[in-house]
Amino acid sequence: MTRRLNVGFMPLVDAASLIAAAERGFAVAEGLELALVRQASWASLRDHLNLGHLDCAQALAPLPIAARLGIGQVRSELVAPFVLSRGGNAITLSLELTDEIRRANGGTSPGDAKSWARALAIALRHRVAPVTLAMVYPFSGHNFELRYWLAAAGIHPDRDVRLIAIPPPLMVESLRAGQIDGFCVGAPWNGLAAADGVGEIVATKSEIFPHGIEKVLAVPLRLLDDELVTASLLRALAAAARWCDDPANHVDLAELLARPSYLGTDPEQSLRALRGQLQVRSGRADPDYLYFSRLDANRPRREEALWLYAQMRRWGQVRSSTPAVMRATEAEAAAAFRPDVYARVFGGGVDTPRPIPACDRVEFDGVSVGSYLQLFDLATPFGADHRSL
Amino acid sequence: MSARSLKVLIIDANLVRAAILEEGLRDCGEIEVHHIREMSNLLPRVAAIDPDVILIDLENPSRDTLEQMFQVSRWAERPIAMFVDKSDSDAVQAAIDAGVSAYVVDGLRRERIKPVLDVTISRFNAFHRLQQELNEARSALADRKIIERAKQILIERQGCTEAVAYALLRRTAMDQGRKIADIARALVTAADLLQPGEGK
Repeated sequence: MTRRLNVGFMPLVDAASLIAAAERGFAVAEGLELALVRQASWASLRDHLNLGHLDCAQALAPLPIAARLGIGQVRSELVAPFVLSRGGNAITLSLELTDEIRRANGGTSPGDAKSWARALAIALRHRVAPVTLAMVYPFSGHNFELRYWLAAAGIHPDRDVRLIAIPPPLMVESLRAGQIDGFCVGAPWNGLAAADGVGEIVATKSEIFPHGIEKVLAVPLRLLDDELVTASLLRALAAAARWCDDPANHVDLAELLARPSYLGTDPEQSLRALRGQLQVRSGRADPDYLYFSRLDANRPRREEALWLYAQMRRWGQVRSSTPAVMRATEAEAAAAFRPDVYARVFGGGVDTPRPIPACDRVEFDGVSVGSYLQLFDLATPFGADHRSL
Repeated sequence: MSARSLKVLIIDANLVRAAILEEGLRDCGEIEVHHIREMSNLLPRVAAIDPDVILIDLENPSRDTLEQMFQVSRWAERPIAMFVDKSDSDAVQAAIDAGVSAYVVDGLRRERIKPVLDVTISRFNAFHRLQQELNEARSALADRKIIERAKQILIERQGCTEAVAYALLRRTAMDQGRKIADIARALVTAADLLQPGEGK
């Protein structure tokens, strides 16, 4: 008997493996029917998930962690047993701002993501009007990438610029309207802004956090009780993810994503994202820009949950408390990822922690959040008044 | 807290719905109601009002923008709760069914918030009923117009009376198990396609 699951997603290329699973037979092969439901915002996706209107959903990797810790939302039992995608995001700035940055950089284009940030730091000193940059949600890879990229160049994300959250489909219009000066968002929205002559892509997630975790499958804890359904779902998604990574399927996939019920955007930009051919600098293809399956991509790793939690701590999203409470909070954050469930379905053990790299060569050793956080000069304490930073 | 009135902010681009809600909230006791209809530059506007309760359409894309604010203001110090009490799942369900989400500064007494949410839910539902009735009225009017055109076509082409034209439409609809308006629409479309002389 076919089991029907309601699946939430946002209009982004990294929803590809969910869409492919539903449309290219991978779900049916596992006895599942996936009913995909497009969401208006990450907040609304989370609410529908918590209330049981959705059985599972594409989610920003930090979302299950924030949900379990009850940060900025009602506490709920969401877990991530599967990673849907790695990479895919990029930072796009308005043409006005990139002009200023080139002037600050002696009239030439900065050569890589880090140099763009350093030149931006110089440009900011000459600027009168504040710079407003958008990301998609406070608990998102985008927020942490943008902050990390800025801070690595000495720009304090809460003091030197203004950060706001805007849902992906509204990004390009907000940039065009001059409401923001740049954004960090997933595909295809950077490519669309560049193709429209609205902005210039200056950095990719793969440059800031190589192989960085992006979207996960979020499920309410109770779904895991049904081991058969969980295993079928994970197998269907793993097969779909392999299909999405195969270049032979990219044209078909881009056209599938272009349907009005999914992204409803020009397939050309989705195809570029899938092929890693973003309009960034030299325009060389970056095979690691966005991928779904390669390099054991789908396995959630405990140290990645800890690393995301560390980013939340660094930027003042977590209330500080006694050492005992902080240890318990950290354990709770790590428990949002379920490598054990993944290993039960696909084999493999729960690995020893692997270090997580970043563009400034600062690594997280996968173990100690506290000593990792001491490596950074710029941070925001919890509850800080941003004018006092 | 109990000394001053409760500040409720409605974020809604729909003026009619906001007015219906605002009117209901006026009867909830000591309440100061604010309304933001323009979604651009949302955060400074919300911060200036500094509300205790925010009411917003569940599907409003600006909710992500709003939730970011909770990380960077006094809302971060006083964690927000969606609805008064998460154990009150009936209230949550009723609100979601009505399509509204509420953000409430934690620490407010339940009996102060409950009437606000009850009114919000019932007014949202009332608005949706109104909307539905309006849509039904509109589509009934559109149906009547298309049936009228189809009858005219039949009268002209078949040289029949209006009564016979209507009977023909009705019998065809019954035979095919479809609505008269659907048959009429198909007939009008076909007639338009087959009419070369009018430059359509």
